[in-house]
Amino acid sequence: MIKLIFRRFLWGIPVLFFVASLTFSLMHVVPGGPFDKEKNLPPAIQKNIEEKYHLDKPVITQYLLYMLSLSKGDLGPSYKYLGRNVNDIISQTFPVSLELGLWAFVIAIILGISTGIISAVRVNTLIDRVSQFVATAGISMPNFVLAVLLILIFSEYLKALPAALWESSRYAILPSLTLSLGPAAYISRLTRGSIIDILGKDYIKTARAKGLSEPLILFKHVIRNSISPIITILGPLGATLVTGSFIVEYIFSIPGMGKFFITAVTNRDYPLIMGITLIYSALIIIANIFVDILYSVIDPRVRMK
Amino acid sequence: MKRWKFFERIKRDKIALFSIAIIIITCAAALFAPYLSPYPFAVQDPGAILKGPSLKYLLGTDRLGRDLLSRIIYGSRVSMLVGFTSSLLALIIGAIYGAISGLAGQRTDNFMMRIVDIVYSLPDLLLIILISVVIGRSVIGIFLALALVSWVTIARLVRGEALRLKEQLFVEAARGLGASNLRIIFVHLLPNTVGPLIVTLTFRIPAAILAESTLSFVGLGITPPFSSWGTLANDGWSAIKFYPHLIIFPSFAIFLTILSFNYLGDTLRDFLDPEMRYK
Repeated sequence: MIKLIFRRFLWGIPVLFFVASLTFSLMHVVPGGPFDKEKNLPPAIQKNIEEKYHLDKPVITQYLLYMLSLSKGDLGPSYKYLGRNVNDIISQTFPVSLELGLWAFVIAIILGISTGIISAVRVNTLIDRVSQFVATAGISMPNFVLAVLLILIFSEYLKALPAALWESSRYAILPSLTLSLGPAAYISRLTRGSIIDILGKDYIKTARAKGLSEPLILFKHVIRNSISPIITILGPLGATLVTGSFIVEYIFSIPGMGKFFITAVTNRDYPLIMGITLIYSALIIIANIFVDILYSVIDPRVRMK
Repeated sequence: MKRWKFFERIKRDKIALFSIAIIIITCAAALFAPYLSPYPFAVQDPGAILKGPSLKYLLGTDRLGRDLLSRIIYGSRVSMLVGFTSSLLALIIGAIYGAISGLAGQRTDNFMMRIVDIVYSLPDLLLIILISVVIGRSVIGIFLALALVSWVTIARLVRGEALRLKEQLFVEAARGLGASNLRIIFVHLLPNTVGPLIVTLTFRIPAAILAESTLSFVGLGITPPFSSWGTLANDGWSAIKFYPHLIIFPSFAIFLTILSFNYLGDTLRDFLDPEMRYK
């Protein structure tokens, strides 16, 4: 088990290396430098700037320098926010994104699993059909469309909740709802399918024949056995929350990593783009390892292999 | 025979019929935009700036007095074009990559699939943004970026099918008769994966439309003079407080189209492969 976790962590290193090289080369094929906007600068100053950021050196040297500082955990200086390191920016914005992501995660799980269970127990009734259609609608609705709807209803007409910024927990309600609906819909469909599958198993018939009460069967036999597919998707779910967070943070003007990523792309702030991409990849790798561990805790058969 | 059964089934499912109708309408809007839209898309009416829906302008006008309905009809061109072409390109890349990987097996397969794993584990939107920074934010840039990211799902699927099929007798027989690898891929492997491929394609198209509209909405997608539903929604975003119609109608068009494709995809999947239903 520990060996397995260790191996997974080791596999993460080449992946991160690959991502770093990929983003580095992508950022350097782009024609035009990040300082093109300041074209009117005197040549001497232009030269100084280029020297400061090593832009005067060959690409290979730049790559090696970047990798060297990366191996020390230094993501380099930001091109746009002068005097600030990418590390500083990330350490300031990451907690905000994390809080938003965690809220969304909790809402998605509670909403998704509960509606999935209700649907499965009342399969093919009106409740089931409606909730499954809502789930399909939830999967089909882009984050920004949902955000617009929620803002129009709760901020514009009801004037109940703030539509932007990140100050108290009231500010987290609309963004985390927006972020969680898609994953909730996905979990709901998955839970429903998994439970229907388990309900048809022989050991459920046995449990019923023994005269166990329905709630007992549901909680002790059905839900425990149907939980594993849901755990498998927690990894991809992490990725969905990450990408969703760009959009949601942008729409609600939340000072998180996603919003900075989008502005970094518009500003061509390459070190910031690379840094945030790397952090995202690392997060997803860690999430996937965590899912593996959880999986083997819930289903001991996996551990044996 | 099987095809008729599908129509029988669809006929009873009102929502599926409705979805098909929406898809047909959207495709028609994209194909025949100049004939269907009540006004040319760039025409400005200085007397009707930022008006709400009325009989003259069914969905209202924008800040330059342009008819929103016409702009949505024209916007469907970019949205559908990007959705269809990127999915098709992804299908071609993914199918060939997957078939080669599955057929080759062993080390080649292992190596090729590790690459797929890496691309797969990164969030789509992140990669699309990175690639479109490089290729540029034109219609072609977005469509290439989408294709370059979404082929991995298809590669995985085809590779799995190739692994299963290559052990079967008919492939062995073909090999025995001296068929080349290329022939085996195109004549024997791919035609046998058509069912799952169609289903995947039905889900890829809405995913592409969603990604494109999202990118355009945050200003990282299609740039003027072209406009997609996402850019229209982006235009409306700044005026959400006072002129909500500008953002509601394009958003609704996006949502309805994606929903129709997804619902149709579900129905198709249930029909072609009932066992796949919940996976």
